[in-house]
Amino acid sequence: MSDVKAATMDSLWTGGGSPYAIGSKKFGMWLFIISDALTFSAMLMAYTYCRVSTPDWPTPFHFSPGIVFSSIMTFCLLSSSLTMVMAVHAMNHGNRRATVAWILATIGGGVAFVVLHATEWHTLIVEEHVTISSNPFGSPLFGATFFGLTGLHMTHVIIGVIYLSIIAFAVGRGKFNAEDVEVSGLYWHFVDLVWMFIFPLVYLLSAKV
Amino acid sequence: MSSLAHAPHQAPSGFIRRYIFSLDHKVIGIQYYFLALFSVLLGMTLSVLMRYHMVYPDARVSLFEKLWPTSAAGGIMTPELYLSLMTMHGTIMVFFVLTTAPQSGFGNYFLPIQIGAEDMAFPVLNMMSFWTTFLALIVMVAAFFVPGGAPLGGWTAYPPLSGVGAIAGPGQGAGQTLWVISIAIFCAASLMGAINFIATTVDLRARGMSMMRLPLTCWTWLVTAILGLLGFAVLLAAGVLLLLDRTAGTSFFLPAGLIVNDQILLNHKGGSPLLWQHLFWFFGHPEVYIAILPGMGVASQLLSTFARKPIFGYRAMVYAILGIGFLGFFVWGHHMFMSGMNPYSAFAFSVLTMSIGVPSAIKTFNWIGTLWGGKIRFTTAMLFALGFVSLFVSGGISGIFLGQPALDLYFHDTYFVVGHFHMIMGVAAIFGMFAGTFYWFPKVTGRLMNETMGKIHFYITFIGVYCIFTPMHFLGIAGNPRRYADFTNFEFMNALMPIHSFMTWAAVITAVAQLIFFINLFWSIKKGTPTGPNPWESTTLEWGIPSPPPFDNFAGVHPVVNHGPYEYAVPGAPKDYTMQTDPL
Repeated sequence: MSDVKAATMDSLWTGGGSPYAIGSKKFGMWLFIISDALTFSAMLMAYTYCRVSTPDWPTPFHFSPGIVFSSIMTFCLLSSSLTMVMAVHAMNHGNRRATVAWILATIGGGVAFVVLHATEWHTLIVEEHVTISSNPFGSPLFGATFFGLTGLHMTHVIIGVIYLSIIAFAVGRGKFNAEDVEVSGLYWHFVDLVWMFIFPLVYLLSAKV
Repeated sequence: MSSLAHAPHQAPSGFIRRYIFSLDHKVIGIQYYFLALFSVLLGMTLSVLMRYHMVYPDARVSLFEKLWPTSAAGGIMTPELYLSLMTMHGTIMVFFVLTTAPQSGFGNYFLPIQIGAEDMAFPVLNMMSFWTTFLALIVMVAAFFVPGGAPLGGWTAYPPLSGVGAIAGPGQGAGQTLWVISIAIFCAASLMGAINFIATTVDLRARGMSMMRLPLTCWTWLVTAILGLLGFAVLLAAGVLLLLDRTAGTSFFLPAGLIVNDQILLNHKGGSPLLWQHLFWFFGHPEVYIAILPGMGVASQLLSTFARKPIFGYRAMVYAILGIGFLGFFVWGHHMFMSGMNPYSAFAFSVLTMSIGVPSAIKTFNWIGTLWGGKIRFTTAMLFALGFVSLFVSGGISGIFLGQPALDLYFHDTYFVVGHFHMIMGVAAIFGMFAGTFYWFPKVTGRLMNETMGKIHFYITFIGVYCIFTPMHFLGIAGNPRRYADFTNFEFMNALMPIHSFMTWAAVITAVAQLIFFINLFWSIKKGTPTGPNPWESTTLEWGIPSPPPFDNFAGVHPVVNHGPYEYAVPGAPKDYTMQTDPL
């Protein structure tokens, strides 16, 4: 049994093809995700470092509207991951029309997230006077880490929306294959996953109890 | 397989697509090499100016005044100008020479050929990565020309002084901002390159090229790419945060109540300069291995080739490379012993630092084992590979001293540190590049470099760098601090100044001797002795194809690999060496 396993491992890595038959693009996207995860980790570490070393870290988000609003944003983004799964599934079955529809639904979720997020930013900046360099609650690092982390994440979502639009357009015109759709899905799921760290660490931990 | 993974078989005919915005990994490799060559000339010139000022601080040099009319008025360099030269020397050398040439230069050209591929996995990404690096260099050099000049913060750009703007010094305004932007761009370029290198090595190996048949150069390029992928991602985040501190008024790295140049800064509060040090050195320590690992690969390849023996302990070499790469991520704290650290943390970082000595020693003993009993051919390439081993050992030994908190308390920020990192990360890596240049030049051009010029250059450089950097260790032990523009006002330094003079003149001679290399390089492109495809009787795949290689490397043939990378003097084999593609 172990001989069979060893032989399989051997043929996987002996050259002449990609190990585990994973295409280079998909592998490249995974590598990008690893490095981008490190970038976000560094940002989250910086946030943690600032927060832990500040004795009176502000926790200004009320349950309503703050947490409810950000939960709706989270729901939009997470739903778009589900529609992305459906898009990849449809493309694997060669159904380009359904693929485009599901990707458009995913883009819709992403756009809804960005719009809600921008609204939230607008409220914070204009009505509550929270900016990247100062805020009425206390440590100026609250605004810096909040806008830094969510800003970097929102940039990723916007890039993802553009990326998915290109994919949807090309798939609709008969270009690109199932792997291309799957690779864009990897990126989209990663951006969602990052939010699943930001939402509890930045929003829920800053809720007014 | 994706469509991007296959290069076209015909070279594009237009000049711009063929030589400027080329997708060919060989052209991109040469572009990286020349970018590094320009950078190393610039960095070396800056270092000579600094050395000159250090021993003749009162001399009026009209050249200084011509270059910097305000900061060297009357031909006398201000301390700020000295610090800006030091910052730019370090930054340009670390990022645009040591990171660029061994990995992106040599790796781009030879990784695909050595694994039997037509090109890198993502040719477009490869081109973008070069031009992004180029943009980063332009932005970095532009820092010389903005008001206030180049930044003063050193290549580590420690806050708070790097975060507060022009109030901290003449170069800390626009110059430091350009520095941060350039580094962020460089991070993006390096990430693109790293993804490409890893995907290429894993996916595009020819049939039979198993991981354990990879030449050690490819292993080092692979592990270097992994280090770059993880390290530059973190530096990118740190750079963005520093940029926000500088331009958006945030305080990630800036505590409250700072007094800079007699002014109290009221608009910053709550941050910590230590945070930058953690983020920076999480990248910065792996960066040392990014610089040195490809040199280790080249040294291994050359020692085996020119000793006409298989590399001693191939598997141990691979595990040592992986071990160095892995451990490199857990030792960043040894740069921060003096920054205020819990002694238990310092102890942990110290033990992990020492443990890197184990794989390093394995590599060194394997190199010596490879030489033992070999029929050594003392070509210039081989001399530089031997020089690499010598400098690696000399520079590594002092690292054991610095890795111990008790000793580092004393050595920190002295010339001992300067001597240490120049030996191991600077000149050892540069010797790897020289060795690679002499070894692969015939493959790239079809001509040999001149051996007489090469050997004169080697001996002057080898003796020269030891004359420059060995005395630094003694100066450090004597308490000579680093990053001082001159020592005229320190009585205890008077006795040490003759040593500084000696080092400066050794540096001038060594720098001038590099002209021999440049003359040799450009002369040999046109006038070098023409040679066949395999002048060194080497075994790896690049030596089985014509010189220079055809556009798609193997002229449409898919090579099949039957042998390990270093089968020299195999008993019973028909020749002294067995090519990797030779039939079984």
